[in-house]
Amino acid sequence: MTVTEVSVNLTINGQAVSVPEGTSIHKACESAGIETPTLCWAENLTPVNVCRVCVVEVEGSRALVPSCARAAEDEMVVQTDSPRVRHSRKMVLEFLGSSVDLSQATELAEWMRHYGADPDRYDQPDLVAERISEEPKIQDDLYIRDYDKCVLCYKCVEACGDDAQHTYAIAVSGRGFGARISTEFDTVLPDSACVYCGNCIGVCPTGAIQFKTEFDMRAAGEWRPDEQDVTTTVCSFCGVGCNLELHTQDDRIVKVTSPADHSVTHGHLCIKGRFGWQYVQPPTRK
Amino acid sequence: MADLFFGDDVADDIEIAAVATAIGAPTAVVHETERLVYGGTHRRHDHRHLLLPALHGLQNAKGWISPGGLNHVCEVLQVPPAEAYGVATFYEMFRLDEPEHRADVTHVAHVCVDAACQIAANEELIAELEANGEHVHRSPCLGQCERAPAQFRQGIGGPDSVPADTVEVARQIPQQGDPSLRLLRNVGVVDPTSLDAYRANGGYQALAKAIEMGPAEVCTAVADSGLSGRGGAAFPTGVKWRAVAAEQGRPKHVVANCDESEPGTFKDRIVMEHDPFAVIESLTLAGLATGAENGWIYIRGEYPLATARLENAVIQAREAGLLGADAAESGHRFDIEIRRGAGAYICGEETALFASLEGFRGEPRSKPPFPTTHGLFREPTAINNPETLINTLDIVLHGAEDYRSRGTERSPGTKLLCVSGRVSEPGLYEVEFGTTLGQVLDLAGPLTGSGTLAAVLMGGAAGSFVGPDALDMPLTLEDTRERGTTLGSGVVMAFTDEIDMTDVLVRIAEFFKNESCGQCVPCRVGTVRQHETMVQFQTKGSLSPQRRSLVDDIAEVMVDASICGLGHTAASAINSAMDLGLLSKSNGEGPQFREGS
Repeated sequence: MTVTEVSVNLTINGQAVSVPEGTSIHKACESAGIETPTLCWAENLTPVNVCRVCVVEVEGSRALVPSCARAAEDEMVVQTDSPRVRHSRKMVLEFLGSSVDLSQATELAEWMRHYGADPDRYDQPDLVAERISEEPKIQDDLYIRDYDKCVLCYKCVEACGDDAQHTYAIAVSGRGFGARISTEFDTVLPDSACVYCGNCIGVCPTGAIQFKTEFDMRAAGEWRPDEQDVTTTVCSFCGVGCNLELHTQDDRIVKVTSPADHSVTHGHLCIKGRFGWQYVQPPTRK
Repeated sequence: MADLFFGDDVADDIEIAAVATAIGAPTAVVHETERLVYGGTHRRHDHRHLLLPALHGLQNAKGWISPGGLNHVCEVLQVPPAEAYGVATFYEMFRLDEPEHRADVTHVAHVCVDAACQIAANEELIAELEANGEHVHRSPCLGQCERAPAQFRQGIGGPDSVPADTVEVARQIPQQGDPSLRLLRNVGVVDPTSLDAYRANGGYQALAKAIEMGPAEVCTAVADSGLSGRGGAAFPTGVKWRAVAAEQGRPKHVVANCDESEPGTFKDRIVMEHDPFAVIESLTLAGLATGAENGWIYIRGEYPLATARLENAVIQAREAGLLGADAAESGHRFDIEIRRGAGAYICGEETALFASLEGFRGEPRSKPPFPTTHGLFREPTAINNPETLINTLDIVLHGAEDYRSRGTERSPGTKLLCVSGRVSEPGLYEVEFGTTLGQVLDLAGPLTGSGTLAAVLMGGAAGSFVGPDALDMPLTLEDTRERGTTLGSGVVMAFTDEIDMTDVLVRIAEFFKNESCGQCVPCRVGTVRQHETMVQFQTKGSLSPQRRSLVDDIAEVMVDASICGLGHTAASAINSAMDLGLLSKSNGEGPQFREGS
């Protein structure tokens, strides 16, 4: 059986682009070799289009359009580098940089340089821009949540809920600048619905949720990504065949991920694959 | 059924009874739609849309939502507790921490702190209430601007109430009884609690005629009349109805957007309180015209009298066969379900309203897709506010041509205007489109106090200020647009030069900061930065050059990149005030607010 693919033809930055119907503007840009910054978008999650860093200008549309969620249409005329687009992208990055700690959001740093974002210009001697200021939540030995790094991209909520785990241990609570990712009544994780799959860690773009190992090593000044090796293997706990990427530093496993494009896991694991490696290197074997 | 985890907290008997009362006896529409309900792309929560009513039940029973109460609701409705907590914390009227109330506290007094009440000594009311030992909650606009300062009592263990609801109708509608009134003709004249009285005064004639005409002809009449939405966006109603009518094969909905929360707006409240049957009749008419079986009323939580009157009207209409399996003998099923909001300005945005009604956080969705194809429960939906809806009764009864004989070519018909501020007869006025701003202010009597007119806020906090030079401006969609302002939801709020506009503007900035849902970055952070700027201006009397250079940058990204209208308009009133010089010192030598102004 042959499936006829319907194409749509659009113009991006003056360049004619043809993509299959249903393709997002973001993907259409990618196929035309145009890179687009993203934050709340991920290959393995439903687009929520909340961060607005991927906005583009579409002719005939009053406001800018989120390229991650909007499908490309026939005869669409898209600008990805117009003054309005550059301004909005720069401002979104500045707004985030001026309100949360982006020190571990390495990808964003490059885009901030690219767009000339200067988060410091919001602070003055007599006016300190309001920031999110939260103590890290350390409630168990597996992972920590440090919400002054949180950009509220909703990825962890999606991974915990509909898009992967269907556990619904966390959700967005509150409103506006006071909105936070939270369990019910901010109850501690061990008393919540959390099953410690760690899929929230896997999708967090800023280090707001991270392995306790990484958090402790960073605190001790021992976290050296440049010296880490990544070894791909298959999880040995059951027969599903999840791919694991073991991140090792000084021959010790420091964290575990799974490739987002892997057909079995789509980047998501369970508690055993994510955290069940301590037996390889018990303290007694040190 | 989802495999949900619940903590150890359990509800007590009072909470269990309150939840049962709130959601225990689903009425016709709920029963019809239960199996159709879904929320997100992968979500399917059969009873999720009962979450908001259940939370109201808990809040009312104890004055807060306890962990045990929340667990109980989540178990009954099969909603994850973390999500229900996220929903509950979204709303102004719910609290999730145990209050230190005395046992005999019967209510919390919400007092409005927005513009109309701000300039009407609301702080004195707050001080007085607090001196009397009342628990005061400083609230955003309560929709009672004609009788500022406004107060709303949120009941604990008893009903909610508004002390000013005893005020006679004539003080709310100074034109009461004027034979030229179209939309307000029943107000204060026809008993709002009696279907018989409504019918004796011509009620339900429009619906009967609409059934005779058939859906296509009704949609044509509405389209030909040139009626456009009265909430601010002015989208052509006929286009919306036809789009929904054309959708086939899926359940369809008509929604009355009664979540009137734009500061300065109280028109829909007065219509609902004093002519509720007109809202029910016109929503039924919309349902039959679009082929929707399900009617919903989403009314803001701070409108207890309007809610009671609408509930009564629905019951009476159902008993009379005007709603139900064969609504008004049309051969079609149509019924109406009423839902209360819980204090969130954003839920007046149509897609946020859908999310809220479905039992999710009131976060707007990206458009497209539009409500006409993906509205409530992602099904085709026509959503209109009460003022827009009741216009259609006149159109059906007397025809599009008659309707167009009032107003102007491009803005036909009449408009409800909420006049407040420093005028001696504030209230709801109905005028033909094209009436000038000056004429409207004349209707509302001389200015109060000893000052002269300094500015008029048009369209609410999301609108803009105009100066006294705009008194000759005809109030039409086209003229206001041409003059760079808006009719918005019909707010006309007068300010004299005795008023410190900086305080008003700081509060407007605070309003948007508080009401931003927090979903998108431009609005979540932009409204905070805007508020900081205003506070700096207020405390220092000027802006540092550094901040001044940011004012336009902040406004531009909110307008360009926010998801919804809240962010798009959050800088509008403030920017217009700057342009008018309302913030510079009166001697003209004051600091300039932004570069180039």
